[in-house]
Amino acid sequence: MTAVAETTARSAEKYRVTRSRRNVAWTGLGALVIVVVLALFPYIVGAGTETILVQAFIILTLASMWNLLAGYAGLVSVGQQGFVGLGAYFVLILNIHNISMFIALPIAAIGCGVAAVPMWWLVSRLRSGYFAIATWVLATTILLIIEKFPSIGGGTGLSLPHTPSLSSAVLEAYTFWIGLAVTVAALLGVYLLLRSRLGLVLTAVRDDEVAARSSGARVGLARMIVFVVAGIGCGAAGALLAVSQLIVQPTAVFSVQWTAYMAFAVIIGGLGTIEGPILGTIVYMVLQQTLQSYNAWYLIVLGLVAMAVAIFARRGLWGLVDEHLHVRLFPVGYWLWDPGARGNGFGRRRGGRRGAAT
Amino acid sequence: MVWVNDIIQGILVGGLYALFACGLSLMFGVMKVVNLAHGDLAVIGGYVAVGVITVTHIPVLWSFVIVVPLMAVLGYVLQRTVIQAALDRSVLTTLLVTFGLSVVIENGLLQFVNANSHSLGVDNAIITGAFSIGSQISIAYLLLLIFAVAVVVLLGLQYYLSRSRYGRLIRAVADDKEAAQLSGIDYRHVFGIAAAIAFGTVALAGIAYGMYSQFAPTTGTDTILLFAFAAVVIGGLGSLWGTLLGGVILGVAQAIGAQISGSDEFLAGYIVFLAVLVLRPQGLIARRAQS
Amino acid sequence: MSEPILEVRDLTVHHGQLRALDRISLRVSPGEVYAIIGANGAGKSTLLRTIAGLHHPTEGSIRYDGKDVTRVRPERRATSGIAMVPEGRRLFPSLSVEENLQVGATYARPGPWTIERVYEMFPWMRDRRNQAGAQLSGGEQQSVAIGRALVANPRVLLLDELSLGLAPVVVQRIYGMLPQILATGLTVLLVEQDVSQALRVASHLQCLLEGRTTLEGKPADVTPEQVEAAYFGLPGGERGGGQPPRTQGGSGGDRSPRDEREA
Repeated sequence: MTAVAETTARSAEKYRVTRSRRNVAWTGLGALVIVVVLALFPYIVGAGTETILVQAFIILTLASMWNLLAGYAGLVSVGQQGFVGLGAYFVLILNIHNISMFIALPIAAIGCGVAAVPMWWLVSRLRSGYFAIATWVLATTILLIIEKFPSIGGGTGLSLPHTPSLSSAVLEAYTFWIGLAVTVAALLGVYLLLRSRLGLVLTAVRDDEVAARSSGARVGLARMIVFVVAGIGCGAAGALLAVSQLIVQPTAVFSVQWTAYMAFAVIIGGLGTIEGPILGTIVYMVLQQTLQSYNAWYLIVLGLVAMAVAIFARRGLWGLVDEHLHVRLFPVGYWLWDPGARGNGFGRRRGGRRGAAT
Repeated sequence: MVWVNDIIQGILVGGLYALFACGLSLMFGVMKVVNLAHGDLAVIGGYVAVGVITVTHIPVLWSFVIVVPLMAVLGYVLQRTVIQAALDRSVLTTLLVTFGLSVVIENGLLQFVNANSHSLGVDNAIITGAFSIGSQISIAYLLLLIFAVAVVVLLGLQYYLSRSRYGRLIRAVADDKEAAQLSGIDYRHVFGIAAAIAFGTVALAGIAYGMYSQFAPTTGTDTILLFAFAAVVIGGLGSLWGTLLGGVILGVAQAIGAQISGSDEFLAGYIVFLAVLVLRPQGLIARRAQS
Repeated sequence: MSEPILEVRDLTVHHGQLRALDRISLRVSPGEVYAIIGANGAGKSTLLRTIAGLHHPTEGSIRYDGKDVTRVRPERRATSGIAMVPEGRRLFPSLSVEENLQVGATYARPGPWTIERVYEMFPWMRDRRNQAGAQLSGGEQQSVAIGRALVANPRVLLLDELSLGLAPVVVQRIYGMLPQILATGLTVLLVEQDVSQALRVASHLQCLLEGRTTLEGKPADVTPEQVEAAYFGLPGGERGGGQPPRTQGGSGGDRSPRDEREA
C-alpha cells in the first residue's frame, strides 16, 4: 500500500467521534436530581425563598433565550422585553375572560411565538446595529399601543381579576412549580434545538456565514426559528411574571431593563454556551440579593462587570471554567478521539485565535 | 390652521432631533459603532450643565462653553479606551458594551442624582418670548434659536468634514481604515476625534433639550435615543442633510400624531420609523452605494 | 553587498490555523527592484502585508533601515518610510482623486515627491483631480494609488499585485513608470502574479509556493524552466543564483508521494 492509502485505512479503524467527553448520562441524572429536589422545595422552604427562586426562573428563562439569539444566531436583540410584556398581557387578557392564569401561561407563550412571525418579517433584513434598534422600537411601539386600551389597564396597569381562590401558600407553590416547568422546558428546548440539525446550521453560520449559505444551509429559516423560539421563551417568562405578581403594569413588563438583566446574565455567565446563562443567573441573583437595599447599585455593578467581561473574558465565567476543566454539561459539540495522541483526545475546535491583526 | 402651527413646531423641533442624531450618525459612519448609550450622553450633558451652572453661576445659554468641550474630551477618552477595546473584539461586543454603558449611566444617575425631572430653564427674558404670525401661529424664540443652532452646527460639521484636513482623514478612515494606516494615519486617534465630535454635539443637544423640555435619568433611552436613531434611519446614513431632513420628518410626524390624539405623539414617530426601516432601510437620502 | 534597507528573517505568518508563510527570509538592497512571484495563495500578498504591518508574524523578524520593526504599528512604519500600494488599489471611495493624494501626503516625509510631481508623472490626473475615485478606470485608479503612496516620500515602496484586473497594455504602461520612481532613490519590493512582467522589471527575484521559498536569485541567473518549476512546485524546482541549498522543512502533505521520493 502507498503511504497515502495506509493512513486512510488506519483512520477508519481508530478515530472516533463522540458527542461528549464523559458519559452524558451522568449529567442527565444530575440534572434530574436537581429538578426533583427543586420540585420538593415548596414543601421545604418558605414563601420568601420561593419568590426569589421564581424570579430566578424568570431570569434564567430569559437569559437562555437571549443566549440563543445572540450567542448562537448572532441576533442581538434589545427588544425582547416586547415579548415579556406580550406574554404578561396575554395572561391578563385571558384571565379577564375567565381563564385560569395557569392555563393561560402556555397559551400566552404560544401566542408570543405567533406574534414573533410578523415581527421577524419587519426586522429580519436589518444588519446588527439596525436590528437591535428596530427590536427596541418594536417593543416600545407595542407598549404604546397597549397603553391605549383602558380595558386592560391603559397606562397604569391592572391586577389579574380572576385569581384562583387558594391559600397563599398553595398559590405560591403552584406558581413555583409552573415556574420550574417553564425553566426546565426552556433549557431543555434550547439544548435539543442546538443538538439538532438547526444547531449545526447555526454553528456553521457563526463560524462563516458565506460558507454556510453556499453549502445550502437555510440560514434565514434557521434564524427565524430561533427568533420565534426566543419569542415563545420570553413570552413564557413574561407570563410567569404576570402569574407571580398577579398584576400587569405596562412600564414594568415592557421595561428595557429586562433586556439588561438577560443580556448581562448571559454575558457574565458566558455567551454562546448553554451553561453560561445558568451561571449568569446565579451571579445576577446573588448580586441582586446582596445589593438589594442599594437600589440601582446592582444594575450598575452588573453593567460594569458585564462590560468588563465582554471585553476581557469573552466567553464569560463558563468560558473560564471550560478552558480549565474541559467540562461540557450540555454536550452539543463533537469530540474527536485520536488513537495516537496521548491523554484524552482532542477537543472540539473552537473559533480559533486570529493570527492576523489589524 | 392650527395644523400649520404644529407643523412649524415639528419642523423646528426636527432641528433638535437632527442635532441629537448627527453624533450617532458620525460614530456609526466612521467606526461602525452603534452607540446605544448615545441618548444617555445627552442627558449627562444636561446634568453636567446643571452642575456647572450651579457652581459657576454662568448663564444657562452660555453653559455649553464649558460643557461641550468637557464632553468632547470625555468622548475621546472613552473611545480610545473602552470603545476601542470593544471594537477590537467584535461588532457584537461594541453593542453589548454600549448597552452596558447606557444601563450604568442611567442607574448611576438614578443613584447619585435622583429620579426627578430636571429642566435647565432659561434665564434670558428675550428667549422665553414668542413671535406671532397672524392669530394662529406662534413660534417660541427658544425653538427658533435651537433650530438655528442646529443648522449652524450641521453646516459647520459638513464644512469641517469636506474641507479641513482632519475632516478628510475622518472620511478616509471611515472608508477604509487599513488603507488609511498605510498612509501613516493612526485610525484610533481619528476615531477618538470622531467620538469627541459626537459627544460634544450630543451634549449641546442635551442642553438645548433641557432648556426646551425636561430630562430625567431615563430620558436618554426613553426618548432621545430612539429620536436620534429615527432621524438617522429616516434621513439615511452618511448624509448630514439627510439627518436634518430625518429629524424634520420625525418632528412633523410627531406633531401630526399629537394632533390626532395627545398620547400618540411618540407613537406616530415610531410608526414612521418602522415604516422606513421596513420599506427603505437606507433612508430617504441614500448615500452613494458602497461596493 | 551593501547594507540591506529591508531584511526579513524566518518570517512565519498564520491566518487562524493556516500557515500562510513558513520561515521566509529575504534581503532587499537600496535601489533594487525586488520581485516576489508565485501562484495564487502562495503567500505573496501576506508577506507584503506583514512587512507593511497589517499582519503580525507568529515568528521571525523584519528589519527596516537597520532597525527591528516587527512590532511597530503599520502607521508608524508608513511614516518612517515604508509605503504600500495595496492589492486592489483601495482608493478612498468617498474622496476625490486629489483628496486621496492629500491623505497620502498628510504625514509625508521630506523629499522630492509632491502632489504636483505626481500630476507631472500622470498628466491626465490633473484634469480629473476632483473626480471621485470610483469614476476612474482600473488603470487610472492604480496610478492614483501609486501616487498616494509616493507623495509620502517613502524609501521603500511595496507594490501588491499591480497587474490584477488590468489590461496588459495598461500594466506595461504603469510598470514603465518604475524608472522615474527609482530615479528618486526609492527601493521597490513588488508582488506579481504575472511572471514575465516581473522578470522584465526585477533586479532580484524570489518565488513562493504555499508559504515557502522555492527559488531566489537574479533574473539573469535563472532559466525559464527553473522559474516554471518553482512557480508550480514541480520536481526540479531547485535553488538558483548561487545560494546555499536549504532544506524544505515539513511538507504538510502538499506534495504528492511521488515528489517526496524524487526531490
